[in-house]
Amino acid sequence: MPPFPATRHSIVAAIRSDRTEVRRAAFDALVHAYWKPVFKYVRLKWHASPDEAADLTQAFFLRAFEKDFFASFDPGRARFRTFLRTCLDRFVANARQAEGRLKRGGGAIIVPIDLPEAERELQLQARNAVTDFDAFFHREWLRSLFAAAAAQLRDACGARGRPQRFALFEQYDLAADEAERPSYSELASRFGVSATDVTNELAAARREFRRLVLAALRDQCSSDEEFEAEARALGA
Amino acid sequence: MISEVALDRLTGMLRAPDLSGTRYEILGELGRGGMGIVYLARDTALEREVALKIVDRGGAGTRSDSPDALAHEARILARLEHPGIVPVHDFGELPDGRIYYAMKRVRGDRLDRWLAAGRDLAERLAVFLRICDAVAFAHAHTVVHRDLKPENVMIGEFGEVLVLDWGIARTQNREPENQNPEPENQNLEPENENPEPRTPNAEPVVGTPEYMSPEQRAGAAVDHRADIYALGVMLQVLGGPAAVAAIAAKARDDDPIRRYQSVQELAADVQRFLSGGAVFARREPLLDRLQRVYRRHRVPILLVLTYLAVRVLLLWLGGI
Repeated sequence: MPPFPATRHSIVAAIRSDRTEVRRAAFDALVHAYWKPVFKYVRLKWHASPDEAADLTQAFFLRAFEKDFFASFDPGRARFRTFLRTCLDRFVANARQAEGRLKRGGGAIIVPIDLPEAERELQLQARNAVTDFDAFFHREWLRSLFAAAAAQLRDACGARGRPQRFALFEQYDLAADEAERPSYSELASRFGVSATDVTNELAAARREFRRLVLAALRDQCSSDEEFEAEARALGA
Repeated sequence: MISEVALDRLTGMLRAPDLSGTRYEILGELGRGGMGIVYLARDTALEREVALKIVDRGGAGTRSDSPDALAHEARILARLEHPGIVPVHDFGELPDGRIYYAMKRVRGDRLDRWLAAGRDLAERLAVFLRICDAVAFAHAHTVVHRDLKPENVMIGEFGEVLVLDWGIARTQNREPENQNPEPENQNLEPENENPEPRTPNAEPVVGTPEYMSPEQRAGAAVDHRADIYALGVMLQVLGGPAAVAAIAAKARDDDPIRRYQSVQELAADVQRFLSGGAVFARREPLLDRLQRVYRRHRVPILLVLTYLAVRVLLLWLGGI
């Protein structure tokens, strides 16, 4: 088995495609991966209200699509995530100067902002503790990456007739805190299986989760080198 | 939402090595260094505990984190089958692409901690000689350790002495430098008029500063005498009377040519001290020499002196 998923045409490469449908599909994928980190970042770093942050997030992705913001990305100079955040800061600063003239879409790019969910998440996080916004953005991006991989894992387990595998993973590895985390034997009795089955199912789920995270990471990197550096930074 | 705790847990999960499909199960972490993490693992096939050293992808150590470095260490260890060198059982690549090797799990104490418990001189020097045995064996196989220090020596539960952490060991490809010492030594002198290290042999400076020979600190090419220097520093740490201090000082001379030229020579001098002989490293004051000779041959000296005293007494009585 290769150490990393095989190289694919990455989202970052596709957003610079000449073909509109390819660009559009890549943008949709990018929006799904980044809307929440962008929204939360704007909320906290730029002290935006929930509605303003939602508008700015929507407008940022729309403008990026229309104006080809990301075409100037140079993989040799920075990670794509850093570049995106720099574009975002510049965009919000300009938007604040030209307040009230935000372009809100018109259907070109739809950002699926789930405002109540994002706000609930922000409430659960220690907002006042944020001092390093670079680290905050990275952590939110990681949270989105893991959440997307977990959702894919749930779908894959369901499609293969193994919903219990994901249920075990969800209750053990996605448990919100240590206090509510069951032991292997508790899980075994809860699901009516042996402790060995719990061990094996969790091992399989983790292996698949890892594969999905790396595949998503690969999609979001512009080169093999960037991907390997990102994977190494994750320790994966 | 993935909570903060779950986020940290998942990050840790990604960082942990993927041992699926292997014969090992991780039981815990034993330690981490510049090149990798050492885990306590269970070999499920042979049902025994082993130590697994695995490249740390997330690490930012000063040594090379590359899989090649770990593979190099495993291959060096595999060459050195000696009771004083931890044996390698297995080597391979995990499903996540990380390189690992399995080695004997050594139970016991690191030498620095072992010393802290307070040991008598004979015990300390006996351990030192066992270290010398292992290092001499490596040198005989052209391997230079380059990072000898008490932290890299384990004293096992049954008194076994094992030299660990061969991560920056190098194979010596050249002939021993004492056969042609002049050209090498000119560049190794700290006071040399031309202090530039020789570019063709320049090496990255790796090791532990207090135990590094001047040539290693300077990034110049090193040979087995760099290990002799480190052994000298270790002997100094072990402590002892003036003769032992003199042996340590000779071993860690700044000039490689004035050090012992082999670990066997160094060990032989320590052995001479232990058996009460004169050591090569020190010109003994006459009084010290007499005391040492007396301590070593106390019984025959006392017998001869008694005999002479009786003869003198008899002569004196005969003359009355």
